[in-house]
Amino acid sequence: MTKPKIATTSLAGCFGCHMSILDIDERILQLVELVDFDKSPVDDIKKFTGRCLVGIIEGGCCNEDNVHVLKYFRENCDVLIALGDCAINGCIPSMRNEIPLKECFDEAYKDGPTVYNPEGIIPNDPEIPLVLDRVYPCSEVVKIDYHLPGCPPNADIIWEALVALLNNKPLDLPYELVKYD
Amino acid sequence: MSEKTIKFKIDGKEIQGKVGQTILEAAEEAGIYIPRLCHLKGITPHGSCRVCTVKVNGRPQTACTQPVVEGIEVENDTEEITEHRKNIIDMLFVEGNHFCMFCQKSGNCELQALAYRFGILAPKYPYQFPKRELDATHPDIFIDKNCCILCGRCVQTSKDIDGKNVFEFVGRGPEKQLAVNSKANLAGTDISVTDKAAEACPVGAIIKKQEGYAVPVGKRLYDIKPIGSEIENK
Repeated sequence: MTKPKIATTSLAGCFGCHMSILDIDERILQLVELVDFDKSPVDDIKKFTGRCLVGIIEGGCCNEDNVHVLKYFRENCDVLIALGDCAINGCIPSMRNEIPLKECFDEAYKDGPTVYNPEGIIPNDPEIPLVLDRVYPCSEVVKIDYHLPGCPPNADIIWEALVALLNNKPLDLPYELVKYD
Repeated sequence: MSEKTIKFKIDGKEIQGKVGQTILEAAEEAGIYIPRLCHLKGITPHGSCRVCTVKVNGRPQTACTQPVVEGIEVENDTEEITEHRKNIIDMLFVEGNHFCMFCQKSGNCELQALAYRFGILAPKYPYQFPKRELDATHPDIFIDKNCCILCGRCVQTSKDIDGKNVFEFVGRGPEKQLAVNSKANLAGTDISVTDKAAEACPVGAIIKKQEGYAVPVGKRLYDIKPIGSEIENK
């Protein structure tokens, strides 16, 4: 029997949640026996090679590329897990949600105390993904099946969730693992 | 007040309360935790957060304001009521900007602790991302309205215990917000860091400066034990 596949991605996040995946330490040896990794920063596979059982999403959507990647994951994964506070509620990037986008750009590229930009250009190359009006939690863009909170989530909660999912068992998380910080 | 006992039931368990006690107080003495947010010992309960809602003879009532009466049947830990409480917690989370990841109150926050106790992994409602203000003008205390859940504990504590009337609510409905009794900001009020109102906040909306992150992760109030377990394990 072929092993089920896992894909992961980091959208508007800091890669801290991916670091937390690596924090499962030597259990990663057990994990590679249980699953294969498909598209993921872990193995640098850029495109899905086939249907995946689990897609793990770190980060919310702050630009159009994030939205494309998230929809790409939804199309190719049976189960999507929003991993960490950014994917669940936008977290630190969403602090800009109450500030108009123009003010954010002006501060970043024109008025900031350390900015040198005499021509006052705001980057607009077509190669650069368009920034969205605000940061969107993943569940506002596609259907998310499971949420694992934390900033970052504890490695144990990731492990418990994956093992339960792969063995088709109900997820019963101990109290001290569910944390929002 | 007489010492006559009043017998009633919570979830089928016989409880003995005293005349003048609320359901919440009588339950607490009997080792039953009824979740609450706006209730604080020492101030007059006003039943605004609705988290302590129980069913008394089939009708919803706030346990913090409802006095015990002989023979009533109270439902507390039922699926229906827990669902109702989780909804309130969910709504409070999406209505403000609760950035637990850097909040100084995280780990000691009662709203967060209730969400942990109910096992909420993410709120079921869409986030509102409201625009809220921060008042850091006072040298010892700051107000972060992003976290404010309008429970009124600071308002009551300042009024009833400190005798200062520093806080009050202004606006109605979705526009309701916390205001301070001064021309401009908190620095213009007579609040002092030793006031009880400075520590009445269940969330991270009123924070004492220079004390942040003093307790390491893992040793904070609700890191290991759920809120209410101190009552249940009495």
